[in-house]
This record gives sequence, C-alpha cells and structure tokens, in this order.
Amino acid sequence: MFNIRMVFRREMLGFFNSPMAYIFLVIFAVVNGYFFTNTFFLFGQSDLRTLFDIVPLVYLFFIPAVSMGLIARENNIGTMEIISTLPLNTYEFVLGKFLAGFSLILLGLTATSIHFFTLMAVGTNVDIGAIFTGYLGLALMGATFTAIGVYASSVTENQVVAFIIGVFVVLVFYMLDKTLIFVPHSVAGLVQFLAVDYHLSNISRGVIDSRNLVYFFSMIGFFIFMTIQTLEVRRWK
Amino acid sequence: MIKVTDLSKNYGPVEAVKSISFDIQDGEIVGFLGANGAGKTTTLKMITGYLVPTEGKIEVNDLNIIDDTHEIQKQIGYLPELNPLYTEMRVYEYFEFLAGIRNITGREFKNALARVVEQCGLNGVIHKNISECSKGYKQRIGLAAAMIHDPKILILDEPVTGLDPNQIVEIRGLIKKLGKEKLVFMSSHILQEIQATVDRIMIIHQGEIVANGTSDELMSNFMGNVLLNMEIKGAAIETIEHIQAKLPNIKFISMEESDGVQQVQFEYGKGQDPREELFRYAVDNNWAILKMTPHTTNLEDIFRDLTTDGGINV
Repeated sequence: MFNIRMVFRREMLGFFNSPMAYIFLVIFAVVNGYFFTNTFFLFGQSDLRTLFDIVPLVYLFFIPAVSMGLIARENNIGTMEIISTLPLNTYEFVLGKFLAGFSLILLGLTATSIHFFTLMAVGTNVDIGAIFTGYLGLALMGATFTAIGVYASSVTENQVVAFIIGVFVVLVFYMLDKTLIFVPHSVAGLVQFLAVDYHLSNISRGVIDSRNLVYFFSMIGFFIFMTIQTLEVRRWK
Repeated sequence: MIKVTDLSKNYGPVEAVKSISFDIQDGEIVGFLGANGAGKTTTLKMITGYLVPTEGKIEVNDLNIIDDTHEIQKQIGYLPELNPLYTEMRVYEYFEFLAGIRNITGREFKNALARVVEQCGLNGVIHKNISECSKGYKQRIGLAAAMIHDPKILILDEPVTGLDPNQIVEIRGLIKKLGKEKLVFMSSHILQEIQATVDRIMIIHQGEIVANGTSDELMSNFMGNVLLNMEIKGAAIETIEHIQAKLPNIKFISMEESDGVQQVQFEYGKGQDPREELFRYAVDNNWAILKMTPHTTNLEDIFRDLTTDGGINV
C-alpha cells in the first residue's frame, strides 16, 4: 500500500513539475466549458446533460494523451530498469501509475463542477441525483479509459505509438454501441454489454445498477491485469 | 557474497551469456571487463533481478534470485548503464522516492540523505532539477541513488563512461573508498578505467569468461613470448637469419633493410632473457647494435588478445 503511494506521489510530482498537468487541466476545462455553455442558455433546461454528452468525447483523446507517457516513458528513458530493480511489486507500480493518471482526470472533472454551480444559480428544480450519477458515470468511464491508456503505454516505449493504440482501443469500446445495427442479432447483446457508452447512459439516467458497476470494474481490472502481465513477461524475454 | 553458477541467458536464438560461473567475496572490488556486446550488462541485469536467467543459478548472500528477488534487491545498489534518471524531478525528491520504496522515511531518510550527499559531493545541487545538473553531477546522483539504502553490494554498470578525466579520477576514488566496506562489482569496456580501481579483473568475451584474476595473475598467465626489436648495422645476413643455430633460445622473425640499417625482429620465450648472449654473439659477428628494445606484453595486449576472435580460452 505504501509503495503504491510512493509511485503515485512520484508520478504526481512529475505531472506538476512539468507543464503537462496544467496544460491538460486548462484545455480540458476550456473545451468542456465552451461546448457546455454554448447551448446551455439556449435550451433553458435545468440539467447538465450537454456537459455529460461532451465529456466522453473529450475523454477519447485526452485520456490517452494523459496516460501515454505513464509507462512508455519509463521504458524509453531507461528508468524502468531502476524501478524493476527496486524491491517493488509490479502490481504496486501499475496501480500507482493508474491512480495518478486517474487522479488527474478526476481533477479535470472536478473543474467542470463550476457549471454545476452555474446551474444551481440559474436553474429551477435541479435533479441533484441525476447530476451525482452523471458524475459517477463519467468518473467510472474515466477510470476505464485510464486503465486502457496505461495498458497501451506498457506495450511500447514510444509515447506516440502508445497514444495511437490508446485512442484506437478506447474508440473501439466507445463506438461498439453505434455498430449495433450492423451486427447479427445473436451477438448484439454481447456487443452492447461490451460498449462503454451503453453502461454510461444507464448510470447517467440515474440508475446505479450492479451490472453497470461490474462492467466498469471488470474493464479496469482486466486492463490493469494485462498491463502487469506485459511488464512481467518482459523480464523473461 | 555473489555466487553465480552455470548462468546462461538467451535472447531468442542469440546466446548472450553462455554458462558462466564465478563468485565474489565481501569487501572485494571486481572489474567486469569486455567489449561492447560481450554479455556484461546482461549478466549484471540478471544479478539485479531485472532479467530472469535462461539457465543457471545466482545466489546473493545465500539467497536465490528467483525465489527471493526482493530480498536480494534490498541488499543491492545498482547503477544501470547510461545512468537513467527522472530528469523532471528535483534531486532530493528523487532520493526521497527511492528511499520511500526501500522503507526509509522521516529521520532515517534525513540521515541517509546527509550521508550520500557527503559521500558523493552533492551539496550544491540537492534542490536543483535533475535536468539542470551537469553530466558529472548526474553520474554522482546515479551513484548516490544506488547507495541511499547503504547496501552491502554495489553493482555499477560502466560507472565512468562519458565523464571527463578529472571526473573519472573523482568517481574512481569514491568507488575505491566504498570498496573498503562493500562488495563492488563494476563493468567497463576500457581496461585503464578499472585497472587502477579493482582488486580483481574478470574478462568476458562472447558470453564466456575468458580470464579471472588479479592483474599480476593475468599478466603471468597470459604473457606470451617477448618480441625483441633491433637496429643493426654491418651484419652478414646469414648470421641474422640463422641465429638459432648458435643461440637456440632466440628465434628469427623478420628483417628489413634501409640505408644500410637492418631492422630485425627476434622472439624469445617469457621468463628468459638472452640479451647478454645476444650481445656477445653480435660482437663475435661484428654487428653494430644501434638499438635493442624488448616489447613485453602488457595487460592491454592480453585484453585485446582475449576479446578478439580466436581468443585464448582458460
């Protein structure tokens, strides 16, 4: 546990010692704010639905960008060798990395809560419950994408390649829901269950179903497991 | 103590290390010498637990690297080749991270930090970003990072490569000082870099250990015949070419003549010195000796012989 915290802390220091985290947070806030406020006052609806629609799109590129360097960079500059020769378990290393990436996403997400306060100030009959589950869904989706990004970052030492792999895999899970009309009926149920958007929209509606939670947590678990395996196998090559 | 038995490592079809065995006792400084690609780094990576051996056994202080990887890693300080560092961190932040993983925190960390700062001379840079430090300082930061937990064993992969001569002398001095109480195993591809520092030299060539001993031992084991270069005037050619008929210890190798001066090479076995007899022979045959220089093999030649193809196997 303590080691995970040390890896996490080192990563956060790295984020904030370089301009990376600031650039990410500012652009994340600006992009989301722009698309949200653009239509918010036109529609005159007391909810954050437009925000919850735009954040997943922004995620598609931002999360792979945040996580691309997490492990690829260590492979690239050789610090992986230092890490691997410390009395540190691979899972501690990967979890620390994942939590650091996820924290940055959460921080970005927290920054969007300013729109919530705008809503409270001007709106009427705000459905606090739906907003809470909306944020919960976005956080879970962020965690899932981060896990995918960490995995993409572990298979290469080139950050650009990691980014492209990350965007691709994230995009696949995001688009699955949109391909439903093209797949045979027999597998449609499975495809829909794998689609991240399907589970997000369930949660965003205000329903916290264990099926959706199981989906998110097993996705995160799966990609973290794959990352650990990728790193372990390398020692035996 | 490090004990390596029949250690091999294959990268796919390439055999990087071929069944090597050696051991290193506490308090010894051992230099691991070999050309680039000879298998030095691979061996060190296996001892530190970064790579898993294909075959063979590594024991460090009676622990096995496969079963007790973390226990061994706690006792080893490792400076990898090319000294990778987190350049975006501050020096003390980096040490704090490494110490934290090794469970050294609070007061204990402060003491450890003071110790390595003093040992490695890092006083001025401790609050700097690592990226702002010079190459010499970076190398010392790497060394300090390997020693933050005061390990009994230090494994240094090419610790002085790329430093200027003054820095090399400094780092050498530091390693020598550390070697008084620790086991130091350091690699290099340049003989002079380690000859002055180490107690014992191991030479690896194409994945096999071809020599192992102190520099004196290596000299006496591998010293070949002595070449004698002479410049002579006025000698009859047959007295030169058939010298062995009179002096059986001396073998004629070659001769060149220019402007009446003969450049001659003779050879004699190590341990013999027939120069006096040769001098009398020269007087008898009316040679005027202008120059006579024996060329003995030095460690450099031995290293070159051993690490080029067709090297001698022990």
